[in-house]
Amino acid sequence: MELKAGTQLKSAVSTTEVVVVKPPGGEVALTCGGLPMVGKDEAPEMAGVQPGHEGAALLGKRYVDGPSDIEVLCTKAGDGQLAVDGRPLELKTAKPLPSSD
Amino acid sequence: MHLGLVLDMAASGFGDRTAVTVGGDSVTYAGLAERSWAASAQIGDRAVSSVVYLGTNHLAYPVALFGAAGAGVPFVPLNYRLGADQLAAQLEAHPGALVVHEGEPPAGADGDRFVGRQEFYDSLAVTGAAEPEAQDPDATCLLLYTSGTTSAPKAAVLRHRHLVSYLFGTCEFGAAGHDEAALVAVPPYHIAGVANLLSNLYAGRRIVYLDRFDPEGWLRTVREERVTQAMVIPTMLARIVEHLGEETDAGTPSLASLSYGGSRMAPAVLLRALELFGSTGFVNAYGLTETSSTIALLGPDDHRDALSSADPAVRARLGSVGRLLPGIELEVRDEAGRVLPPGEPGLLFLRGDQVSGEYTGTSLLDDDGWFCTRDRGHLDAEGYLFVEGRADDTIIRGGENIAPAEIEDVLLDHEGVVDAVVVGLPDDEWGQRLVGVVVPAEGGHPDPEELRRLVRARLRSSKTPEHIEFWDELPRTDTGKLLRRTVIARLAEAQGTAAPA
Repeated sequence: MELKAGTQLKSAVSTTEVVVVKPPGGEVALTCGGLPMVGKDEAPEMAGVQPGHEGAALLGKRYVDGPSDIEVLCTKAGDGQLAVDGRPLELKTAKPLPSSD
Repeated sequence: MHLGLVLDMAASGFGDRTAVTVGGDSVTYAGLAERSWAASAQIGDRAVSSVVYLGTNHLAYPVALFGAAGAGVPFVPLNYRLGADQLAAQLEAHPGALVVHEGEPPAGADGDRFVGRQEFYDSLAVTGAAEPEAQDPDATCLLLYTSGTTSAPKAAVLRHRHLVSYLFGTCEFGAAGHDEAALVAVPPYHIAGVANLLSNLYAGRRIVYLDRFDPEGWLRTVREERVTQAMVIPTMLARIVEHLGEETDAGTPSLASLSYGGSRMAPAVLLRALELFGSTGFVNAYGLTETSSTIALLGPDDHRDALSSADPAVRARLGSVGRLLPGIELEVRDEAGRVLPPGEPGLLFLRGDQVSGEYTGTSLLDDDGWFCTRDRGHLDAEGYLFVEGRADDTIIRGGENIAPAEIEDVLLDHEGVVDAVVVGLPDDEWGQRLVGVVVPAEGGHPDPEELRRLVRARLRSSKTPEHIEFWDELPRTDTGKLLRRTVIARLAEAQGTAAPA
């Protein structure tokens, strides 16, 4: 599936949902808990987190991968490590701005 | 990206949380999404070309906004306080609109395109409305009429990608704690009202709307609803401070953050507010309608550092709008277009994904994407931005460019002055001469000569008003912007001279 800014994806192992904030440079495989993530409106066959792919995504956090330049935002928390082409995504840490509104 | 995505994300991430409270009524994030998508379907079926919202803040406001977004038509919140003629002209500019209104329909309403806001809201209590199809991020999301303090009102165009860039670039999704609540008292037709709604929804914070502002009601609502964040315009804060009188504490322990912006804050009001709200973090936000609201902010730490510093350059930052948000570029340019170094004042140019710089029919962005704000200002050595006011307000006296803000700040420093404006009137000898208008503090009447001496001592004689008048109040828009043209016209009329073109 083509990943564009705004594409919403969900996990096949947990409640995890993400939205693509920055699309990857080329075609990549985005996985959660070791299994491919699918479009938000699809109904994947659910399975458990695959061994060696344990982890969790936290609501509101952003996850990035250097080589592909992808950035996703977690819109629903859940179990399973997020990865791109087998590389675990890293939590992007940024000091939150004070609320101006 | 499209704004519909934001509501989808919020409904899926924290659908059970309360999104908006008005009076005694509330709606959850999931409920807001359901009603909004039901509205989108209704709007699509009726083939309306835009959705106009005419009234104060209400549960119907976010539903109308997201309903329009989901249907791919512009949302147009209008100033319900406008006179009948002006309002009729603005409604005429949106002939195919669905008009959601408060109270009686406006004069000349032709029936089926007009719907009362409660009726509109209640009619959408259906479940299972499908999420709208993905929409074009380049579509027009919002048409906002600027206040038109220097010219006739015109509609700024904000596209989905501008507003979503603002949210994704500056706010943290779902970051609000369960007990957080934001009190919103700015009107729905102002960019701050829209930005408040969107960024609080994005953060997952409960929004509490105050229908009409008065200082007592504002303070009571903060206490009763345990409000944690609030945004005010400077005139509101001035009234709150005045209302608290001799109190030593505002008595609002839940209030963690108070942001202000929209026009310049009198330094004395800010200092007094910092005393009264001692445990609250202050945020000064600067932005324009054309930039999807905030582009620079002075945060709580900046306020504290400036207050406690002995260094005049750091202390002066209390009067700045802080530093630029990530993703925003700024250039200070002179009239010939040369980029100026820090410390030198000039015109402010902005660039970034949230900057639209567009009005219906015209884009003001140059070939490289820069937007000229028509505001003047300068940066200090550490990147703090000081805004000196509109370029169009600059007074030229004997060839010298004078920013009235600098003189007004000195006048406002006098304890007998609660509001002040300085304008230029036509003068045969100097081109323009400076005249000050001052609103005295209750019961006081400062000596005009003393005020002039104060300005001369702090600035210089060429910046000293020749004459100072005393008025009961200054003309301002609903959102606190000073109407300088009205001041000039009144002064000119009183002196029997024609107002300058």
